[in-house]
Amino acid sequence: MKIIVCVKQVPDTEARIRIAPEGNAIVESDVNWIVSPYDEFAVEEALRIREAKGGEVVLVGLGPERGQAALRSGLAMGADSAVHLKDPLFDAADTAGIARALATAIRALAPFDLVFTGQQGVGGDNSQIPGLLAEMLDLPQVTMAVKVELEEGKALVNREVEGAHEVWETSLPAVVSAQKGLNEPRYASLKGIMAAKKKPIDVKDAAALGLQAADLAPRTKVVALELPPPRPPIRMIEGDADTQVKELLRLLHEEAKVI
Amino acid sequence: MAGIVTFAEQRDGKLRRASLEAVSEARRLADALGTTVGAVLIGSGVEGLADELAAHGADEVYVFDDAALSRYATEVWARAMAQVVGDAKPKAVLVPFTAMGKDLAPRLAAKVGAGLLSDVVGLAVKDGRLEARRPMYAGKAYATVRWEGDPQMATLRANVFALGARDAARKAEVVKGTVDTAARARATAIHATAEGKLELTEAQVIVSGGRGLKGPEHFHLVEELGGAFGAAVGASRAVVDAGWVDHQMQVGQTGKTVSPTLYVACGISGAIQHLAGMSTSKYIVAINKDADAPIFKVANYGIVGDVFEILPKLTAQAKAYFAAKG
Repeated sequence: MKIIVCVKQVPDTEARIRIAPEGNAIVESDVNWIVSPYDEFAVEEALRIREAKGGEVVLVGLGPERGQAALRSGLAMGADSAVHLKDPLFDAADTAGIARALATAIRALAPFDLVFTGQQGVGGDNSQIPGLLAEMLDLPQVTMAVKVELEEGKALVNREVEGAHEVWETSLPAVVSAQKGLNEPRYASLKGIMAAKKKPIDVKDAAALGLQAADLAPRTKVVALELPPPRPPIRMIEGDADTQVKELLRLLHEEAKVI
Repeated sequence: MAGIVTFAEQRDGKLRRASLEAVSEARRLADALGTTVGAVLIGSGVEGLADELAAHGADEVYVFDDAALSRYATEVWARAMAQVVGDAKPKAVLVPFTAMGKDLAPRLAAKVGAGLLSDVVGLAVKDGRLEARRPMYAGKAYATVRWEGDPQMATLRANVFALGARDAARKAEVVKGTVDTAARARATAIHATAEGKLELTEAQVIVSGGRGLKGPEHFHLVEELGGAFGAAVGASRAVVDAGWVDHQMQVGQTGKTVSPTLYVACGISGAIQHLAGMSTSKYIVAINKDADAPIFKVANYGIVGDVFEILPKLTAQAKAYFAAKG
């Protein structure tokens, strides 16, 4: 089994966000970077499959120099090798450009059996890469997986949707995106962290992928990034419990008009 | 040929409310742009739903009705949508940001070469083009984004875009299509997990419980309050991770993003990852014994108090209120 896992480095969810002077990006120096939590589910699942069936796990990540830390984290968990896509051309790419670069790199790793991604990259929360990749690679997709079972030439994938639990069957290779609930990711051991330092990371730029600026031209552009509008001031409801409850219902009815 | 195409998600022959929100928004944008609205309906025995889409503003309804389309399959739905987009060459394509829309929209975007923006909470017309607003970084920032070229494609957060006035007299032209139903991945079994339960992402009122409930044996207090309000019931990550309730109930960054009219947070401190999932709610009520809890920073109404005392009283008084109201 050869399993590809896409790994993205994202701002820590607790990070304080400041807007950069250009007004369309955040100040990155403030940010503590982590592996997107959904990608950790993806790496863990790939490792479990390799442990059960043998094979190799190859990580693919796109991002600037700092992004290599996310790939090292995945290698420390146990992945075998990694490909780091790094080029100033990628920095301005939108989701379509990023997916194109990832798809090109993944195609070069064929033959493979599975491509795992996180369901979404925390921060941007677009949930686009799995579907974009699957279409670009002409592979079937099953998103929001909470359970993956492999059989001969196919996978059974459980996914959660509004009010239902679905079981999908897909031929392989396929793109599967990891949802929370798929597994409990392991922590890297000290041995794993030491071993990761010696594992190969293949760095590729756009030219190495055969991509030019036109292939990565963004179809969407952030023109402004702002802090959220302030919420109206809170109204604290005082008094004993009976008074508070009565007053809350009155406000919801008369002021907010929501009941 | 429709200028704005929307995906009308249906499940078990019922249109999702989010589908009607998308059609309503498409209608508003189309009026501003001087163009028409098309809705795409895919399923088995679904043609009758076209009237409802017309009543909410669709000028054309593209219907793919086939017994082989009884269950959603990504590749088939994307193929059908791509056919419509290829024929109509719309300026914009709007898809609800539901489980199905999240799965479908990227595949379609790659097929038709559209720029796609996810989880959009606002759309406006500027110089004949669309401009979108979407939350980023757990709602700690909002991006204003524009597209280069057409179609301008977006998935819309449920419960944010207002339903337009329903006009039963409005009629749409029905355009029937056929699609190759082959798919390499498809659902082989579907188990309902929330029989009779309200879906969080579609609920107008949500009551959520957190660690302040102290243990799973007390979570019924939240469920009973939810029952009194006719609300869907949610939970914070802390109690989901502790195994009190199912992950399906989690509101927040690694759970569901909700935007109800009224959100009642009971014993929830309001960690940033929880706020990420509910801060676009129209009215937020916070009940927490810690007056410094961050949830009070986003709430409209706050009660500093003990959930074990407040919730039963609120449940009782709410029941009496709704009974009197009829």
